[in-house]
Amino acid sequence: MKKRIKGADALMEALINEGVDTVFGYPGGSIIPVYDSLKNYSDKLRHVLVRHEQGATHAAEGYARVSGKVGVCFVTSGPGATNAITGIGDAMIDSTPIVVVMGQVGASLLGTDAFQEIDVVGITQPITKWAYQIRRPEDIAWAVARAFYIARSGRPGPVVLDFAKNAQVSEVDYEPSVCDFIRSYLPKPIVQDVYVQQAADLINAAKKPFALVGQGVVLGNAEKELMTFLEKADIPAGWTLLGESVMPTDFRLNKGMLGMHGNIGPNMKTNECDVLIAIGMRFDDRVTGNLNTYAKQAKVIHIDIDASELDKNVLTTVPLLGDVKEVLPKLTEKVAAANHSEWINSFAEYEQREFNEVISKELMPQSGNLKMGEVVAAVSEAVNHDAVLVTDVGQNQMMAARYFKFRQSRSVVTSGGLGTMGFGLPAAIGAKIACPNRTVCFFTGDGGIQMTIQELGTIMQEQTGVKIILMNNNWLGMVRQWQELFYESNYSQTKMVNPDFSLLAKAYGIASREVSERGELKSAIEDMLKTDDPYLLIVNVEPEGMVYPMTPAGHTITDIMTGEKK
Amino acid sequence: MEKKLYTVTIFSENTVGLLNQVTIVFTRRQLNIETLSVSPSALKGIHKFTITSYASKEVIDKVVKQIDKRVDIIKAYYNTDDELVSQEIALYKVATDKLLALGSIEALIRNYAIRVLELTETCVVFEKTGTYEETQRLFDELSQTIGVLQFIRSGRVAITKSKVERLSDMLASIEKKQIVEE
Repeated sequence: MKKRIKGADALMEALINEGVDTVFGYPGGSIIPVYDSLKNYSDKLRHVLVRHEQGATHAAEGYARVSGKVGVCFVTSGPGATNAITGIGDAMIDSTPIVVVMGQVGASLLGTDAFQEIDVVGITQPITKWAYQIRRPEDIAWAVARAFYIARSGRPGPVVLDFAKNAQVSEVDYEPSVCDFIRSYLPKPIVQDVYVQQAADLINAAKKPFALVGQGVVLGNAEKELMTFLEKADIPAGWTLLGESVMPTDFRLNKGMLGMHGNIGPNMKTNECDVLIAIGMRFDDRVTGNLNTYAKQAKVIHIDIDASELDKNVLTTVPLLGDVKEVLPKLTEKVAAANHSEWINSFAEYEQREFNEVISKELMPQSGNLKMGEVVAAVSEAVNHDAVLVTDVGQNQMMAARYFKFRQSRSVVTSGGLGTMGFGLPAAIGAKIACPNRTVCFFTGDGGIQMTIQELGTIMQEQTGVKIILMNNNWLGMVRQWQELFYESNYSQTKMVNPDFSLLAKAYGIASREVSERGELKSAIEDMLKTDDPYLLIVNVEPEGMVYPMTPAGHTITDIMTGEKK
Repeated sequence: MEKKLYTVTIFSENTVGLLNQVTIVFTRRQLNIETLSVSPSALKGIHKFTITSYASKEVIDKVVKQIDKRVDIIKAYYNTDDELVSQEIALYKVATDKLLALGSIEALIRNYAIRVLELTETCVVFEKTGTYEETQRLFDELSQTIGVLQFIRSGRVAITKSKVERLSDMLASIEKKQIVEE
C-alpha cells in the first residue's frame, strides 16, 4: 500500500520494515530532515545520541555483535561522514553488519565542493560491502532493503547509504520493499559434497586433528553444530580472538586462544597436528605468525563462506566453501566417531608449563602492584563467568581475552582485525543497549579510553549500565612492551600523564572507585556490580606489566616467549 | 614468483562507481593495469571489463577472487595468452608528403594489413588491428622511416578459446536456483 510521505519519513518506514528499533547517531546540517522525522517514529525507533560519529559506528558494532542484528547509525555529511570511517573499516575487517546512513548535500550541489560535501561513496568503497548514494526519494525503499540484505547476508559487513538532502525532503509514494536476491551476489555458496567427503576422509584418517574456531561460527549461528562435530570426531580446538565465546571456556575440547598472545598449547599443537581444520576463520597474521613455517606438516581443511579467504594466506588441502551452519552438519554426518584422548591429553604438558611460567604469576602474585590478569580474573569470577566482555585494544584486550571466562556465545566484543583503540567505550554502550539484561564488563586502558572518552556523556544521558574497568598503568602499555622487548627500551612517547579519572566520572555523574591495593579489589568489584548503573572502576595496575606468552610478530608461531629467564 | 601477463575478464552490473571498485583491488596489491577496456556485453545491462596486468599467478588468483566478491560483480576470471584470442586496435597519423616520399605504400599496406581511414593533403590516418606486438612493430617501422605524428592504441579485447559456460546460461541458472530456493 502506497502512501505519500517525505523521503526522511520513508527512511524511517524502511528501517522499521527491516526490524530496526535502535539507531546510534549525531545530527548535523545535511541530515536534519531525518532527525526531524524521528519525532514521528519515537515510539518505534530509539535514538542514542553519541558524542562523536566514531562512537556511533562502534556502538552500532557492539550492538550488532551481541544481538546478531544489523547495527544502524545516522551521521551528517562531510566531517560526520569522515569521523565514521574508522568504525566502518573496523566493521569491514571484522565482518560486522552495520548500515550507516550519512547525510549528503543536495543532488544539485554534488561535485561542486559544497559546504560539508565529501565524496563518501568514493572514500568508503574499499571498506564497505556496498556504498550507495540515494539521490531520489524513489530509491529509498529499494536501497534500504538492499543495504540490510547485503549487510547481514553471507559474510556480513558494513553498508553506507549516502543520503542526499533533496531526497530527504521531497515527497514520494512510499511502498515497503523487500530484498532477498541480487543476481550478481550469491551470499551462500553451494556446498560441494565432494569436498565434504574429502574433508571427512582426511579427518577419519587423522591421528592428531586440530580445529581452529573463528567468528564465522558465531556469524553462522553454528555453535551447536560446531560442538557436535568436535565431540563426535573428538577434536581439540583453539579459537581466534573473535571466536572466543563460541565454545564455553570449560568445554572439554576447548584448548584456548590462538596466536601472538594465545595459549602455548594450541600454538604448539598447530605445528604438531596432522590435520588442521579451520572453521570460519581467516588465518590472520596475528594468529599464524610466519606463514612459511605455519602448520607445514598438516593437511589443511578450510571451511569459510568467503571464497576469497580460501588459499589467501594458507594453502588448503581441501577448500570447503560454504556456510558453516550447512557444512558442519554434513561433515559431522560423514566423520566417524573417534577417540583421540592421547592426543588431547598431550596438551596438558603445555598447559602446565604455561601455568608455571605465566598464569600463576599473573593471577596469583603474592606481592607488588596489582596485575591486569588478576583484575580480569576477579571480575570474571564475580560475574560468575557469564557477562558480556568488551575490550579496548592493547594489553587490556589481550589480558581480558586470556583470563575472562564464558558460558555463552556472542559474549565477546573486541576490535580484532583493525585493532582500533577507542573502540571499547562506545562498543560497550551498544552492547549494553542490545542486551540490557546482561552484565557488560568493559576492560580498557588509560590510552584507549581517552580516545573516545567523550562517550561517557552518552552513558550519562542514556544511563547505560556499562561496567568500565580501567586498568591504569599510565603507559601505552602494549607499545611500551614492544619497546622494551624489541626497541632496546626506548620508550618513545608512550608515557602518559593522565587526568584524575575519578573526577571525570564525577563530572559525568558516573559512580566510580579507585583501587591500588590487592586487598581492596574484591570489595570494589562487588561495589561495581551492586546495581545495574554505569560504573567506572579505576584499578591502578603495575606500571610495566607484560602480556605473556608472546610470539613476536613475523616469527614462527611456536617461537614463544614466556618472560621466564632462560 | 614469476610475473606474467594475465587477462582479467569481469562481467558486472552497469552501476556508477564500479570501475573504482575494480581498480582499488589492483591498487591494494600494487599492480599496474596495462590495458583496460570496458563496454556493454552481449547481454543488455551487463558490462564487460577486459583488463591486462603483469602479476604472479598466486596474486592474480587472489585479486580476481576479491573482485568477484564485490556485490555488483557478476563474474570475474582470468586467463593467460595461450587460452585467449585477443586483439587490439591502433591508429597512426603520419604526414602525407613523407608517406608519398616513401614510395612503397602498397607493400606497407599489404605487409601490415593496414586500413586507411583518412587521407588529406597534410596527413594520413592508418588503422591496424592485431596483437600488441604487431601494432607495436608497425609503430616502430613508421617511427624509424617517416615519423608518427599521433598514435593511439586501444586496450585488449579478448575471447576465450575453450568452450566455457556462457554468461547467459550462468545467469539463467542463478535465477533458476533462486526460484527453487523460494
